[in-house]
Amino acid sequence: MNNQILFVGIAIVIGIVSIVLSFVAIHNKKLSIAIIAAGVVSLFASVLYLLMAAPDVAMTEASIGSGLSTLIFFYVLNKIKRSDA
Amino acid sequence: MLRNILIALVILVMGYMFYNTYSNYETRTELAGISQHFAAQGAQEVGAANLVTAIVVTYRGFDTLGEVTILFLTASIIAFFLKLKDEDYDSSIDHRETSELLVTASQVLIPIIFLFGIYVFMNGHLTPGGGFQGGAIIATGVALMIMANPNVRLNYHVIHWVESVSGVSFVVIGILGMVLAGGFLDNKIFGQDGLGEFGTLFSAGAIPIIYSFVGLKVGAEISNILNKYQKSQKEA
Repeated sequence: MNNQILFVGIAIVIGIVSIVLSFVAIHNKKLSIAIIAAGVVSLFASVLYLLMAAPDVAMTEASIGSGLSTLIFFYVLNKIKRSDA
Repeated sequence: MLRNILIALVILVMGYMFYNTYSNYETRTELAGISQHFAAQGAQEVGAANLVTAIVVTYRGFDTLGEVTILFLTASIIAFFLKLKDEDYDSSIDHRETSELLVTASQVLIPIIFLFGIYVFMNGHLTPGGGFQGGAIIATGVALMIMANPNVRLNYHVIHWVESVSGVSFVVIGILGMVLAGGFLDNKIFGQDGLGEFGTLFSAGAIPIIYSFVGLKVGAEISNILNKYQKSQKEA
């Protein structure tokens, strides 16, 4: 029972942090901060998948969602060279 | 004004759809339909200890083929739009000095990351994970390598060969499954050899071999994309 309360608590905290970071990603003027916020959302999502007993999905999300796609976004950002990056 | 009305309309429709899903939702206490069959007979029919792998590789083998094809298409489109020339692969850019922490950590971590990726895709039939996950983990190792030394030269001929050979082998094994066993990507092409056993690498028929090819292909493909992006940067 105690474990379940802990699990739900962690899930709720992760959910709230993810929503806040999503808003940061949408509304921040600096694109680099937005990219990092989106990457952190993916990282939290992967923790959530792990809590929900889907370790294989968590692995994919952690490596592709928060690792590789963040890197590719930065490459593209470097290529387009906007002044507000 | 019109734009705001349209946005409100879209949000309303979305909300209605989500509300319907939510109000009709009831927690299932037991599996139904095909998932019941997978859960009850999957382990005996396929012989993989990891049921997710059994479904992804054999029951839904065509899905896996489609995913591999989509990834290949993505890599091709990226290569098409970046328009790299041969000399771009040998170019080097001036960049800020990478931190010593990153360089040292990459030397320690890259072999371990590669080893872990290979472990994940070779043991896909026993432990969580599989070809896609293992390949993605290997690609993160390559990403770390590129970040530690932006001018690193990956041998892209090797990457292309690994990708092509493993892609073709994956399809050939799939067709062999059609000829020798029940259907496309059937894993019993070497005969049925029982349930996958923990600690035994070659235990669930052809799944370790299929997943190794998928892992190599995915890893090579994503590494190739990263390498292309890195080489397309004219300045740091």
